[in-house]
Amino acid sequence: MNQPLIRMSGLSKTFRRDSVEIPVLRGINLEVRAGDFISLMGPSGSGKSTLLNIVAGIDRPSGGELRVLDTDLLSMSEDQLATWRNHHVGFVFQHFNLLPVLTAFGNVELPLLLTSLNRKERRDHVLTALKLVGLTDRAEHYPRQLSGGQEQRVAIARAIVTDPTFILADEPTGDLDAESAIEVMEVLQGLNRQFDKTILLVTHDPRAASYAKVRHYLDKGTLAAQG
Amino acid sequence: MKIPLRYNLGSLWARRTGSLMTVIGIGLTVSIFITMMALVGGLESTFVETGHDNQLVVIRQGSLNETNSYFGRDLFQVVRYLPGIARDAGGDPLAFGEIVVNINHQRFDGESSNLILRGTSEKALALRPEAVLVEGRMFRGGLREVVASRALSRRFVNLTTGSTVHFGRSDWLVTGLFDAGGTAYDSEVWADYGAVAQDWDRPIYASILLRVENAPAAAAITKRIADDQRINLQAIPQKKYFADQASTSLGIKLLGNFIAAIMGIGACFAAMNMMYGSVMSRSREIATLRAIGFRRRSILASFLLESVILGLLGGVLGALLALPMHGVSAATANFETFSEVLFHFRLTPGILLRGMVFAAAVGMLGGYLPARRAARIRLVEIIRD
Repeated sequence: MNQPLIRMSGLSKTFRRDSVEIPVLRGINLEVRAGDFISLMGPSGSGKSTLLNIVAGIDRPSGGELRVLDTDLLSMSEDQLATWRNHHVGFVFQHFNLLPVLTAFGNVELPLLLTSLNRKERRDHVLTALKLVGLTDRAEHYPRQLSGGQEQRVAIARAIVTDPTFILADEPTGDLDAESAIEVMEVLQGLNRQFDKTILLVTHDPRAASYAKVRHYLDKGTLAAQG
Repeated sequence: MKIPLRYNLGSLWARRTGSLMTVIGIGLTVSIFITMMALVGGLESTFVETGHDNQLVVIRQGSLNETNSYFGRDLFQVVRYLPGIARDAGGDPLAFGEIVVNINHQRFDGESSNLILRGTSEKALALRPEAVLVEGRMFRGGLREVVASRALSRRFVNLTTGSTVHFGRSDWLVTGLFDAGGTAYDSEVWADYGAVAQDWDRPIYASILLRVENAPAAAAITKRIADDQRINLQAIPQKKYFADQASTSLGIKLLGNFIAAIMGIGACFAAMNMMYGSVMSRSREIATLRAIGFRRRSILASFLLESVILGLLGGVLGALLALPMHGVSAATANFETFSEVLFHFRLTPGILLRGMVFAAAVGMLGGYLPARRAARIRLVEIIRD
């Protein structure tokens, strides 16, 4: 059995609003190993996205232990975390978060601008990523010229273009119609099956969750069940 | 590598109405800045470019210029034959005693202002090769005749060739016009020294213009005149004499800088307002860039660059707006001589460069706080929203 990429032990997160403390995550224990495709389901406010943000180093836990790639993210500065994310994390957002003034190619190329690749190498990587999501012919299109499903596939291409250690997908089908949602989930499933990509998926959609190998259910900040 | 420039250019284009308004605001400010610099530059060059390295102006000790200098005619003879003064083909020293008179004269616009009438020798043109007779002939000694600068003849009445103009107690015939190449002499009317001295009843000299044989001779003559307590005169290099009068432009320069600074602050706020709006509406994009791995300083640099681009676009617009002012002639009071000095607005590459630097500074100052805000955006809050 390989070492877990992500290990959470007793992880908790509490938000403070005025003087009121709102616990969002309570004692989460979870391990994610290379090649896993795990979905985290749960209703709105159950703490799914918070958990994902903590794994990405965007948010910080209030308690417990978190080791990602055997690294203590809590000891890293904001800029160190940014670099770390560039190397290891591919993020897929619910609202795609493409930069509207850049083409699909330009959006996918963005994470590569932080690497030492030259122009030609970057171009090759971008075209490969776009090919994987089936959008080579849309490389020069701007986000406004793409459908929602295509936009999300561009976002997936952006997430995988640096060949990150794992992909974090936060409600990737939340803004999509059923047909587009299937397209996107099939792309993610293909990446996991063909390229052994590790994916942690947050969703409240059972159909999207069904594409994962392992399903967890998060309720009121507690990892309640495993499917 | 940093955030690509095309992202900033695209974002400026995407918000083109706001960008255009900001560029126009900065452009107007820069055009005023450049115009003021062109005014000051033109005025300064009028003085700085007047005179020659091998010539001295002799005036009374303690006087700042010819208009408040006077000394007896006997001193002219003392100075004229000092060793080291160059001589003409006939062997006469190239030294001419002169007198200047301020005359209030009517302009074409109905107002009146002072001009300088210089009493000199018709041979003194030899020491002012920049002045070329472009119309008519030179005045003749002993007669009430004048030659005027062509620039003055376009501004003041009765200074065209063949006209008669009333100065002092006499009517003077304008026998010709000269062009002094944009130097301070373009603000003068010249006549015979004897005629001027007689008409104003001033049997004195205000200055001596002389040419020296070489630099050591200039130093020796300057020292000898300074050391001779009897004559109480001072010799000043001609170029320095006129350059010192450029202090006339100091007030204009200060006023210009003050206006530019006030407008610059306004333009900074315009850029700041635009960039704050831009940062607010792009917070999700900024958060995405941070999530992808771009560091805070990359975000800061990117937004600063965007603001500087806005400033530079304004700078280009400002330069284009100011460009037609190049060569336009104007006049202002010379507070050294209390007469009017004519000059041309002068737009040099250096002034345009200063305008662009000013524009970039406006963009940078206006963009700094919004860019800092962008760099410090709370990633988790934006992602969560």
